[in-house]
Amino acid sequence: MWTEWTIATRFLREGRAQSALILVGIAVGVAVIVFITALIAGLQANIIDRTLGTQAHIKIEPAEETNRILPPAPGTTQLVLESKRAQRLRSINNWQQVVDVLDTLPRVTAVSPLISGPAFARRGEALQSVALMGIDAPRYQQIIPVQDDIVAGAFRIGAGDAVIGRQLATDLGMYVGDKLRLDGGQGREAVVNVAGIFELGVRELDARYVYLDMKQAQALLDLPGAATLIDVTVDDIFAAQTIAERITHMTYLDAESWMESNADLMNALRSQSLSTQMISLFVALSVALGIASVLSVSVVQRTREIGILRAMGTARRQMLQVFLVQGALFGLAGSLIGGAIGYGLVWAFNTFGPKLFFIPVNPWLPVAATALATITGIVAAAVPARRAAALDPVEAIRYG
Amino acid sequence: MAEHDEHQDEVLRLQGLRKSYNVGKPTEVEVLHGLDLCLQRSDFAALVGASGSGKSTLLNVIGLLDSPTAGELFLLGEPTREMPEARRTALRGSAIGFVFQFHHLINAFTALENVLMPLMVSSGKPTRAQIDEARGLLREVGLEGFEQRKPDQLSGGQQQRVAVARALVTRPALLLADEPTGNLDSKSAAEVFDLFRTFNREFGCGVLLVTHDARLSAQCDRTITLVDGNIASDEVHR
Repeated sequence: MWTEWTIATRFLREGRAQSALILVGIAVGVAVIVFITALIAGLQANIIDRTLGTQAHIKIEPAEETNRILPPAPGTTQLVLESKRAQRLRSINNWQQVVDVLDTLPRVTAVSPLISGPAFARRGEALQSVALMGIDAPRYQQIIPVQDDIVAGAFRIGAGDAVIGRQLATDLGMYVGDKLRLDGGQGREAVVNVAGIFELGVRELDARYVYLDMKQAQALLDLPGAATLIDVTVDDIFAAQTIAERITHMTYLDAESWMESNADLMNALRSQSLSTQMISLFVALSVALGIASVLSVSVVQRTREIGILRAMGTARRQMLQVFLVQGALFGLAGSLIGGAIGYGLVWAFNTFGPKLFFIPVNPWLPVAATALATITGIVAAAVPARRAAALDPVEAIRYG
Repeated sequence: MAEHDEHQDEVLRLQGLRKSYNVGKPTEVEVLHGLDLCLQRSDFAALVGASGSGKSTLLNVIGLLDSPTAGELFLLGEPTREMPEARRTALRGSAIGFVFQFHHLINAFTALENVLMPLMVSSGKPTRAQIDEARGLLREVGLEGFEQRKPDQLSGGQQQRVAVARALVTRPALLLADEPTGNLDSKSAAEVFDLFRTFNREFGCGVLLVTHDARLSAQCDRTITLVDGNIASDEVHR
């Protein structure tokens, strides 16, 4: 291989201007691929991060209540007009045991039972509909770190303390220390002390959520000892779907992953990834065609030299390798330069860009890009290399 | 005993060798019509003939660059017509040295590397001894001190001398030269011709020289004349 390598590198060095031009072409292509891949990955990570900042990866609810319909008697036909049952708020059966089981599941990082239901918040004449969130604070904070989003007071619940969103506080004109009257319907009322105000950044949540102690929420919703929902987080967000399916199988409860509850978002992200891949594919294709055409020209230019080398006993296989090595070197060198440029662009974006989000640097991206570009170079070189190997030395020497 | 020695000395033997182009097509044309020829290591022969007599075709066939249509070609006693491509290439590299009319050096390499090229393609990175050998050859062709020059920094005569050194670096049994002096001034031509002489005598390397030049062929030991694809005469002068 030493000889093939030497001949290949000498050929490249001799045709310096040509080599430099195609290298620039490859580098620009690789830079575009690296930058656009990093950009989209960063953007998506940011979107997912924001989405999951305010919701659990998996939500577990009791299975829906359905009508049971008697099977028709043999030999008869049955026409059924069914109206679906209203889904009343109800507890997950044996939720304590379910939580214990979930705690032991591999890949599950946090489990938080909660009771959630509708209520009214009242202050004087003002009335707002709210979502009561009866939580087990230490467990819940592992899922959604509300304590980081407190804008006034402290995240303290229990013993008559509640934490409300900033929008609700504005709507009701409340501040930390004020009393809030909560109405769960049918005369179930409680007065709580606003201990803290949070701002999650999602207007709907900031206007509706009222965090309470589980016990107090159970009393307001008339479901003593109940939990209507179990929130779960997992170590790999993209494994949420499979884990949710496993939980459904194990518990007969409805486990819904964030991907299902955000199907539109997932669809958008997938389309975005697909378009990025298409762009990368076409850029890679034009890079490959560039390498192939430069090497094809080189084979024509070097016909005479190829003939001489063949006459001196160079095997067809060796001639093939000389040009494959050139293709590989184009891919390798071009992708190293292109990778550096791509990272330069990422750095520039992070430093001077609009700062809407940060593009993380994935150390595997340049490695993958380099490997892929090198392979592309070899594949692109295949056709010209075969032509070089197939040259008839007699013709090559006479007409080259 | 004498016959055995003769066999040992034989480099090349042609038996009823024919070569046609466009075989099987309406344009099929036979260029060589059944040649018989034997060359010894000690031979210093000229191959002459008019344009179109088949000289170049014969040279290509002998050099294993092209294969005969019929008949057989023995190189160092080995029949070559049915030989697989890879083996032919290897044999070509080790047993035959080529010198072409237009020196045909590879521009990307220095004079010394060009001389080493046949060794590099057969056995990879050259050894110390091989490099010394190549330097010795360049010295013998009068190019000491020019080892690191690129071909385009050498004169035509110097380039052709590098090509001669390159053809000899593998110690070939047969040196094939196609109009090796055709492109040179008379002084350089004489120098190159003398080199062939020297190597024929010193290394026992058979020389077959294609030429148009009657003065050159007169200086060879043997003249083979090709007329319309047949050997018209084969004379030994001395």
